[in-house]
Amino acid sequence: MSNVFIAFQANEESRPIVDAILADNPEARAVYSPGLVKIDCPHKLVVRRESVEAQIGRSFDLQQIHINLVTLSGNIDEDDDQFTLSWTH
Amino acid sequence: MTTIDLQSREIKPLRNTFDHVARLIGGDKPASRYQEATLGAQPTANFHYRPTWEPQYELFDASRSAVKLADWYVLRDPRQYYYATWTMARARQQEAVESNYQFVDSRKLLAKLPDAVRAHVCAVMMPLRHVAWAGNMNNCFIAAYGYGTALTAAATFHAMDHLGVAQYLTRLGLALDEPGVLEAGKNDWLGDPRWQVLRRHVEDTLVLKDPMEIHVAHNLALDGLLYPLIYGSFVDDHLATRGGTAIAMLTSFMPEWHDESARWVDAVVKVAAAESSENQALIAGWARTWGDRVMAALAPVAEIALGAEGQQALAAARETYDARCRKAGLLA
Repeated sequence: MSNVFIAFQANEESRPIVDAILADNPEARAVYSPGLVKIDCPHKLVVRRESVEAQIGRSFDLQQIHINLVTLSGNIDEDDDQFTLSWTH
Repeated sequence: MTTIDLQSREIKPLRNTFDHVARLIGGDKPASRYQEATLGAQPTANFHYRPTWEPQYELFDASRSAVKLADWYVLRDPRQYYYATWTMARARQQEAVESNYQFVDSRKLLAKLPDAVRAHVCAVMMPLRHVAWAGNMNNCFIAAYGYGTALTAAATFHAMDHLGVAQYLTRLGLALDEPGVLEAGKNDWLGDPRWQVLRRHVEDTLVLKDPMEIHVAHNLALDGLLYPLIYGSFVDDHLATRGGTAIAMLTSFMPEWHDESARWVDAVVKVAAAESSENQALIAGWARTWGDRVMAALAPVAEIALGAEGQQALAAARETYDARCRKAGLLA
């Protein structure tokens, strides 16, 4: 089994994104290190716009994740509503 | 030779948030900036003197409202606005309006507006500056005399938003015509019999004393019926088919802001009404009474804006309003 991961700067802006990811991906595990939060997940990890919006109570443009995005691994599939990391082609 | 060994060392914070926030979110866990900026900020004790003009109340006194809540912090803002998030959201919207103005300017869209449409827009929208200003005053009152930072902070933002709407209307008037249109709008507001019902209604809300009643009377009832009528039926439907699309661009902030802030307005009344049947009866009564009064006040305005179709548009706005009230548990 191979993991995908995504890491954000640990700050106020990325917290609702991290919470949304953890809520949407039951197998995801967040690892906190100084200034950084890295989320590992087997096979596939999804960031959903609607889930982030539910966390912050406002509209959210998924491109805003890039402000605090540090690194990621996996093939990306993204549109306006979701951002998916996986190893499928 | 010395080698420098760089390591990262993790320093665990001793606590995740302030005690007064932890008490309200169920223990010591990371709190959002909204929670830290809002919860526990209301002064509650050690007031030395009572206001000389109203000695029956403390300086901050929940009993100024007939609505009773065990904890006023339950009236959270679903948008989670605190100063930073609110200013950033509004700055983004201001940039959007600014670029709309540039677009309209560069293509001289306002010069191409038929004169009759231009005069019609001024006649309908310039007096509304005064309604928006009353919205500023009313929300300042809620901020000053309401209880609980969750409610009063959001009311402060709402007050400034109303001022912004008034300024956008002013700017629209100045873009459309000479500064005299502002004066003409004020004269209509003060003298034209068709505006006097609305003016009386607005001035009646300005002398209300209960912050929650003001919230229902202005933020829910008046704005809830006015915005769909003006920015929906008039600007988007009526003007757009008569060559006035530019007006929709220059007022794009208003309907967008109304939809966004309606979520806060509804959340406040919904949560307050859900706490007890007394609150529910009280707030539902206000929503009904003020809703009916606004309908009467807007009838002549709908006529000015849309002519014979005005009453139909107003009835549609009322349906939207009733649906909101039902969702908030104010209507069966």
